[in-house]
Amino acid sequence: MSALETIREVVAWVLILSGGFFTIVGAFGIWRFRDFWARLHAASIADSAGMILLLAGMCVQAGFTLVTVKLIIIGVFLFITGPTSTHAVANAALVSGLRPTEAPGLTGAEPET
Amino acid sequence: MMFAVAAIAVFVAMILTMVRLFAGPTVYDRVLATNAFGTLTVLLIGVLGFLTERPDFLDIALLYALINFVGTIAILKYFRYRAIGDVGREPVKPGAKG
Repeated sequence: MSALETIREVVAWVLILSGGFFTIVGAFGIWRFRDFWARLHAASIADSAGMILLLAGMCVQAGFTLVTVKLIIIGVFLFITGPTSTHAVANAALVSGLRPTEAPGLTGAEPET
Repeated sequence: MMFAVAAIAVFVAMILTMVRLFAGPTVYDRVLATNAFGTLTVLLIGVLGFLTERPDFLDIALLYALINFVGTIAILKYFRYRAIGDVGREPVKPGAKG
């Protein structure tokens, strides 16, 4: 195994391990956090950091092929739609009247009618 | 080996998300968990494609990402307007819990 191969392998391992770590941390937060507004943060970690790192690891492993192009397309699409969906969920919850448990009478972001 | 580790990590994350999906007290917890679950499914399909050395699975992953986004928006629109196709309807009043 040449030196370049070794470097590529190490980079791919680091990217995929950190991606798996962030994915599990985000899912653990979705499971354990106490209310919806806290869970939004954890969901964003799994959606953004874990996704990007795992796809980057797969890109490094695939090399300069069509597979990498497909992975980049998937990554760009998820990078745009993930925050959009999270924002849509948060906006729908806010408009429906859901408030954090610590601040039931929260003002300043009143629902539109 | 590398992709087996990634597949196990994504699978564990999917199980944790699934727990919240069934336990979530409000409908928005469930929608959030469904969205995260869909993203993790896209990742799992891609990783499994590499694991079995058939990267053609990535086409399926891309299609799943598209469907997941449209599905989330459709569910949210349904809970806001109580209809999917009807545009002229009034939104549900604030305070009405889904």
